Amino acid sequence: MTTQDLDTQDLDTQDLAPALAREEAGDPFVLGGETFTSRLLLGTGGVPSLESLEAAVRASGTQLVTVALRRVEASATGSMMQVLDRAGVRLLPNTAGCMTAREAVRTARLGREAFGTDWVKLEVIGDDRTLLPDVVELLDAAEQLVAEGFTVLAYTTDDPVLGRRLADAGCAAVMPLGSPIGSGLGIRNPHNVALLREAVEVPVVLDAGIGTASDAALAMELGCDAVLLASAVTRARDPERMALAMRQAVEGGRLAKLAGRIPRRWHAEASTSFEGLPAL
Amino acid sequence: MELTVNGAPAELDDDATVADLVAATLARTAAGHDRVAVARNGDVVPRSSWAATRLAPGDAVEVLAPTAGG
Repeated sequence: MTTQDLDTQDLDTQDLAPALAREEAGDPFVLGGETFTSRLLLGTGGVPSLESLEAAVRASGTQLVTVALRRVEASATGSMMQVLDRAGVRLLPNTAGCMTAREAVRTARLGREAFGTDWVKLEVIGDDRTLLPDVVELLDAAEQLVAEGFTVLAYTTDDPVLGRRLADAGCAAVMPLGSPIGSGLGIRNPHNVALLREAVEVPVVLDAGIGTASDAALAMELGCDAVLLASAVTRARDPERMALAMRQAVEGGRLAKLAGRIPRRWHAEASTSFEGLPAL
Repeated sequence: MELTVNGAPAELDDDATVADLVAATLARTAAGHDRVAVARNGDVVPRSSWAATRLAPGDAVEVLAPTAGG
């Protein structure tokens, strides 16, 4: 099958197994009071062309897509927004590049003005090289934005204690990194992600570090409610095909989590009974 | 009057409003932005106030538009 064969029809839910459609209907993802059927959030950063963005958005099945604001001289032309409007996705403005709570709060306000939404992916970066969150500024910004009525989705480290602080501050979701933004290193501390999932009531969205489909599946198996990724799709050799892979990985990981994995054992456990074994 | 627009020095008429500045800035760049946001000295100027908001000498204005981001 070529990429060309993966057109819209092939990717529609109706063509997936009926059991999967039933699972989706019975397992809605509620975030910020809104209900989604897709548990894959897609970032647009790094996209090589509008055509591949459109194909990737469609193949991913995403319903929530991150966007940014930049000076008009450096911004995308209006057609990127046309692509996203046509796809019917909800927009999630980010505060990428902000390094202080003050910058992030101001950027969030501008995003609300530009995109007409009070949802924000709050990102406050503390270090240029690793792009790791400055968690002190992050918590400060989160408190301010929640007080201003924003629905705050906080990009954070995988620290369960901090995650609880962000949830207590009123964030609508806590979004721990798996590894640094754009690194593709996957989930470096799965244990922390699972602990964070236990520590908060709000949705946990694994954000940053996903490299390939198995990383996204692992995030869901660890109990994350959704996955947010950009580079893994936009910088893949074939973004449309990787978007489909991520969609299926998120669905597979979610189903596996709900189904309940078998315990890990040190030694084998025969699946074929020894009873009635012939003497040969 | 002299002010700063998107980090660069700019010269505008003394009675220029935010709406005038946005129109002039967009004219210099690719057309088609319908989701522009403006910050004047760090604070949002809502679109509904652009026409009524006079700029002042020394203002630092940011005229922003959507772009791809993760």
